[in-house]
Amino acid sequence: MATTTAPTSSPSIEPSERATHRPDRSFRRRQRWGWLFVAPFALVFLTFLILPLVFAFRMSLFSSTLATGTRFVGADNYVKAFTDPLFLEGLVTVAKFAFIMIPAQMLVALVAALVLDNLTTWASKFSRLMIFIPYAVPVVIGALMWGFLYSPRFGPAGSIFALFGAEAPNFLAQDSIFGSLVNIVTWQWAGYYMIIIYAALRGIDPGIYEAAVLDGASDRQIAWRIKIPLISSSMVMVIIFALIGTLQFFTEPQVLRGVAQGAIPTDYTPNMYAFSLAFSYSQFNYASAISFALGIVVFVFSFFFLFLTRKQSGLK
Amino acid sequence: MRAKFLASAGIVAATAVALTACSGGSGEGGGGGAEAASCTNTVVNADAPQVTVWAWYPGFNDVVDAYNNANDDVQICWTNAGQGNDEYTKFSTSVESGSGAPDVIQLESEVLPSFTIRDALVDLTEYGADDVKDNYAEGAWEDASSGDSVYAIPVDGGPMGMLYRQDLFDAAGITVPTTWEEFRVAAEKLKAAGTGGVLTDFPTNGRAFNQALFAQAGSVPFDYDSANPQEIGIEVNDAGAKKVLDYWDGLIKDGLVATDDAFTPDYNTKLVDGSYAVYLAAAWGPGYLQGLSDADPDAVWKAAPLPQWDAANPVQVNWGGSTFAVTEQAGDKELSARVAKEIFGSEEQMNLGIDKGALFPSYAPVLESEEFAAKEYEFFGGQQINKDVFLEAAAGYEGATFSPFQSYAYDQLTVQIFAMVQGEKDASTALDDLQASLEQYATEQGFTLK
Repeated sequence: MATTTAPTSSPSIEPSERATHRPDRSFRRRQRWGWLFVAPFALVFLTFLILPLVFAFRMSLFSSTLATGTRFVGADNYVKAFTDPLFLEGLVTVAKFAFIMIPAQMLVALVAALVLDNLTTWASKFSRLMIFIPYAVPVVIGALMWGFLYSPRFGPAGSIFALFGAEAPNFLAQDSIFGSLVNIVTWQWAGYYMIIIYAALRGIDPGIYEAAVLDGASDRQIAWRIKIPLISSSMVMVIIFALIGTLQFFTEPQVLRGVAQGAIPTDYTPNMYAFSLAFSYSQFNYASAISFALGIVVFVFSFFFLFLTRKQSGLK
Repeated sequence: MRAKFLASAGIVAATAVALTACSGGSGEGGGGGAEAASCTNTVVNADAPQVTVWAWYPGFNDVVDAYNNANDDVQICWTNAGQGNDEYTKFSTSVESGSGAPDVIQLESEVLPSFTIRDALVDLTEYGADDVKDNYAEGAWEDASSGDSVYAIPVDGGPMGMLYRQDLFDAAGITVPTTWEEFRVAAEKLKAAGTGGVLTDFPTNGRAFNQALFAQAGSVPFDYDSANPQEIGIEVNDAGAKKVLDYWDGLIKDGLVATDDAFTPDYNTKLVDGSYAVYLAAAWGPGYLQGLSDADPDAVWKAAPLPQWDAANPVQVNWGGSTFAVTEQAGDKELSARVAKEIFGSEEQMNLGIDKGALFPSYAPVLESEEFAAKEYEFFGGQQINKDVFLEAAAGYEGATFSPFQSYAYDQLTVQIFAMVQGEKDASTALDDLQASLEQYATEQGFTLK
């Protein structure tokens, strides 16, 4: 981002100050300073993101098997990835998560933000903080904690269900693990999305509400007809965040796998598959290809979504 | 101004270089000059050459200190790089990147082929391994060798036995089962007693545990020799494996045993709170049990031999057990091999390991000593569990062969057993599917199937 500001600002300054030579030179000097300011970031960015990416891409073009050694295979790994049932099943799994988890998080975040926006008591500030707090818990810690809450032995479910004479379901069984994961992610992220939406709501000119009230609009109508349409670009951004995060789903299932190895196989999501390929089965090359293939899928999905919502997000 | 900016930019650049230099350089230590700062232990003799060691044995710091105090010409620089898989992941990454591995590393014997095939380990026959061969239990030595090559020095073994709750057995009127047939009867009796507990657990993620039980009925899953690394024989669905898995499937279907995942907090609690009356364990199991919390205070633990398929022809099996291997990245391989041989290669050192880490030694002079056999275990009410159970089990163990993709094989085994427990397939189909998936994997990886 920072690098693009320098070139775009140059045409706007240059024409007005072209008359003399000195401002031009000072501008160039300033540009040099700009580069210097960007340099620390650029160095880290290059070293820890771009170079590893290039390296990983190069790795993905080779094939190395246990018995035969390394050789150049071009796009073979990608062909293999997109026909690999384990990778494709993983994609289906994360797609299912996206369909359930993103609407769930949006609903919680939007309702919470709308309610908090209408309240002005100390309770609203307190609730805002409480809803946001799960996001401040590190993801791994959150997942570990839920692992204990879901545990049939240590979790509270057993005693709660016993109150009603019922037997608690096993949250870590094959059939229920999906819902358990949705719950963890929603708990963790809804607060964060709520803050973004809430900030957008606070940015709306209160004069609009006044006008709406004068026209006889109810609170619900204001929410539906005014607030939500006005914050649609923030909503699109939040959904994009959620979409990218969900397609790269990794941490929560990886941590819960520690207590539910049967229900969560090593190839549960594409990212987990890449991880186990690289670090359990030493197939670093194919793992790189899987990672890039996932990157392509994430890009396509995000692009497609942005295209569909170009009106709401204000891109068009 | 300008100078200041340039200076700060320079500092940033220098820091970046220093950081990368750090991460690249730490691995090359080894042999001659590992930085003392990275050792968990204190190096006694700073002038002596150092050998870096990764290990996770309990109480290992005492063993390292004793070794360093006794040796002027070599010092161990020890790091705990994680237990089991955590360490293997780090080692595997170091092997791939070509730097960062220690000189000597603790590896379970079952993962040795996974690293020899990647040329990560040194063949110790060049460094006098055969001279110490007679010092080790036969099965343990076999596990550390492949063909004529020896890739590690055995440290501890995991001969299997049955740890049981005498109090629960008495309450349900169960006599200690000696065969699997009797074991089933015991399970039925316990269930009929209606205490809510089950006889034992058959975890779907038992990995080496499941495999050891299969081996007891004669299953030989892999045929592999590192001298001929492109060839592998796979037979995970042989009659022995099917017989054992089918037996457990029956127990599971009748609700006689649990199928909880092993090594979770739930499982650890259930082991000691009376939910399971039997813990089918390796020789390191007693040490594991004693470390668990929430134990039933009235528990009376005893050890007995593992039930047999044929009481007349008992078969002993092994679960776990670890070794010290020398890595190809070792700076001074000769010295590293010496350390690998010597860490637990004397009675004093091995006894420390037994006292501090509850190890079951593969080192024969201690293993065969009167003292070890007569050792009384307070946890088992003073029972001499080595004499009664584990020594015989260790003596009868003949070794096993593991595949060069053992981690994958175990993960697939878990997938198949889980599917069986879910009622999706029977034992025989589960193992046939496992066979098919491993054959496909081996072929993909460029192996020729024998």
